[in-house]
Amino acid sequence: MSHHVVEVRDLSFAYPDGTEALRGVSFRIEHGGAVALIGGNGAGKSTLLLHLNGYLSTTRSDVRIGDTIVTRETAALARRAVGMVFQDPDDQLFMPTVAEDVAFGPLNAGLPPDQVESRVASALERVGMTHLRERPPYRLSAGEKRAVAIATVLAMSPDILVMDEPSSNLDPRARRRLIEHLLSFEHTKIIATHDLELVVEVCRHVLVMDAGRIVAQGPTVEILSDENLMLAHGLERPHILRHAHPH
Amino acid sequence: MHMADALISPAVGGTMWAISGGLIAYCANKVKTSIRDNLVPMMGVLGAFIFAAQMINFSIPGTGSSGHLGGGLILTALLGPYAAFLVMASVLTVQAFFFADGGLLALGCNIFNLGFFPAFVAYPLIYRAFVKGQYGTSRAWVGAIIAAVVGLQLGAFSVVLETKASGISELPFGTFVLMMLPIHLAIGVVEGLATAAVVSFVARARPEALQTAPASEASVSLRPVLIGLAIAAVIMGGVASWFASTHPDGLEWSMAKVSGKEELESPGDGIHKSLAEVQERTAFLPDYGFKSGEAAPETATPAEHAAAPEPEPWPAVNAGTSVAGIVGGLMTLALACLIGIALRARSIQRTCGNG
Amino acid sequence: MGITDWIEIGRMDELGRMDTPAHRLDARAKAIVTLAFIVVVMSFPRHDVSALTPFLLYPIALISLGRIPVGYLARKILIAAPFALFIGIFNPLLDRTPVTTIGTVAISGGWVSFGSIMFRFFLTVGAALALVACTGMNRLGAALERLGVPRVFVVQLLFLYRYLFVVSDQAGKMKRSAEMRSSGRPLRLRVYGSMIGHLLLRSMDRAERVYRAMVARGFDGEVRVLRPSSFVWSDAIFVAGCLLFFVSARLWNLAEAFGRLLTGGAM
Repeated sequence: MSHHVVEVRDLSFAYPDGTEALRGVSFRIEHGGAVALIGGNGAGKSTLLLHLNGYLSTTRSDVRIGDTIVTRETAALARRAVGMVFQDPDDQLFMPTVAEDVAFGPLNAGLPPDQVESRVASALERVGMTHLRERPPYRLSAGEKRAVAIATVLAMSPDILVMDEPSSNLDPRARRRLIEHLLSFEHTKIIATHDLELVVEVCRHVLVMDAGRIVAQGPTVEILSDENLMLAHGLERPHILRHAHPH
Repeated sequence: MHMADALISPAVGGTMWAISGGLIAYCANKVKTSIRDNLVPMMGVLGAFIFAAQMINFSIPGTGSSGHLGGGLILTALLGPYAAFLVMASVLTVQAFFFADGGLLALGCNIFNLGFFPAFVAYPLIYRAFVKGQYGTSRAWVGAIIAAVVGLQLGAFSVVLETKASGISELPFGTFVLMMLPIHLAIGVVEGLATAAVVSFVARARPEALQTAPASEASVSLRPVLIGLAIAAVIMGGVASWFASTHPDGLEWSMAKVSGKEELESPGDGIHKSLAEVQERTAFLPDYGFKSGEAAPETATPAEHAAAPEPEPWPAVNAGTSVAGIVGGLMTLALACLIGIALRARSIQRTCGNG
Repeated sequence: MGITDWIEIGRMDELGRMDTPAHRLDARAKAIVTLAFIVVVMSFPRHDVSALTPFLLYPIALISLGRIPVGYLARKILIAAPFALFIGIFNPLLDRTPVTTIGTVAISGGWVSFGSIMFRFFLTVGAALALVACTGMNRLGAALERLGVPRVFVVQLLFLYRYLFVVSDQAGKMKRSAEMRSSGRPLRLRVYGSMIGHLLLRSMDRAERVYRAMVARGFDGEVRVLRPSSFVWSDAIFVAGCLLFFVSARLWNLAEAFGRLLTGGAM
């Protein structure tokens, strides 16, 4: 199962305008885990995520997904292994109907029509959105949009799910449903988020980023309970951990 | 200044559809081979932007009125002419679909009038030549205004040509031109101001956005422009002289041709012969007496005509036909409405039955 | 266009997604028939009015079967009327040749042709709006592609439609916040430039993110879609029946024949 492993070694990246977004990031995620990527705005989380599927790439080979070293040439392979759910579902749901949107990835992978159809059906069922099949995305609620966005990625059968702020803009009920979905996925998950309560529920490990660096990593409760560490990097100790009694 | 379906003949509408359709195919091909791989989403979102931007108005200094962005020039500056033409065509298509701006038959006219001129004439030949990358200078403002004015004047002038060629409006050519051009001069100035204001902001905030159209795409060779214009002019001229000088009835002519009632000896003769036949037939079949004004004899008063029992080759009026026509027309309207109500009831019933 | 037009587009979009006998017809069939309808209506000589009345049947049938609210559609037609009215109104002024009488009042050719223009306007615009209201943009787009319109064009047209709802929402918010701070006065040009400029840059960022999301799911420059054909025999009958009706109504003045039947006036 080595293809579930994500390994980043000494990754640095600067945008064309000179902004240094990543300065020597290294980490390794084993199969099946759920890892949270936390940090203040501008810490470099989104930039890091864009390297995981080769949308951004450096000339050096700093990112490895399973057995694939991600470069511009192997980006297509990496994209099949890494399913990326973006922050704003309106960016992700660009096709005229939900079904066409979910079919977009499988069709690009060159699957025959009947397989595309079964992928669409099972992905929508997985997130409980089968009844929205023929609806246009702009007519969905925020929670429905998020669920469908996840379905578009599940339909590609990725090994690894990467999510950018999956709980933003969701009302409490939709957020609850999202958490249940996340807990039910067996994929390796990498979740960049400000929603630390979600992190406590879903992720076993945490990576803390600040100014383009990984400044801390470790088990969720341990890291998030470290008040000084959290405050130093523009974060806070989540409420849920203040009152919870250690078992 | 969207051209309306109700003012154009099928021949003119069809011709302009063909021209705009050809341009769309040509531009789609250019876009497909473009090296900018994010071009398609960019086109779609910028088309939506043009729409949304038109929700917001600014006040025109010293006039008390307000204006908004037209779109053609700024799209060309951002996307290059081929993609910009397609986006303008899409904007006009959505307007025709949802707001009945223009209409479906006139869509070809509108795409040509409002898409072709800014993308292939006003931007490359005027705006770019003027501005030379110096956005935000007074030169750029002047360039934007001139380009917008010229683009709109050309568009307005082709509205006049298309309307005249269709022969439905009675407006004399000169009057029409004198009416359309000054109005569009004013609209052009406003659009130029809006374009320059937005472009100068973008030039300050994110200069690279205005240079994203690669040089090879931004520079249009004059040839397709001139060929397009020449074809349009020839066809428009031809259509105008056929259909304005003879009686405008393109469909009947083509039906006569399809039904094979004529051997076409030479195209010119064939058209006139079939038109003559059409005229005979319309005179023979019970038809309205209403014919174009030129055919009405000066001496005949309506009463005299009503008294004449024999249908004339161009019967100006026939009381019997008129009454039957009016009664029949009204009854048909009533019948149509009744049928509508019945169908609606049935539609509801069936859906409920199915559901 | 203003905010109210905006609500209109949402309404049309909603109508387009209903499920009625008219909506179930294949989009291509409706598009072809509607276009044929407009061409035939516009092919009548400019002084015809009564011969056009039977053509009312088509938009009315579509509207009724599609359960499109008549008042709503009529209002949309009226909003679109000014240009045809503006050009058409010159006909009565310029063509004063009397061509018929109703009672003792002589009617000039100009008024007849004006009436004809407005009636055609009503017919063609009504049919076009009925088509969209009974089909919806997405099905129309798919139909366009099937009818041979280049895919690149159709794809970006549907993208445009998709992001209309998102970008206009942003524009509406900007407009509102500007209005709150300017006590309702229209914007000055410089403020306008930066506001629209902002909207433009945000739209471009949006497009970039959309592109990113497309790439993440394997986009390689070609947008692939799965649209099973749904053209069935009832669609073919619909097309054939409508075309037959249009051609007959074009060749013979059905309304007048009907009138003669009713008035007993054999001519």
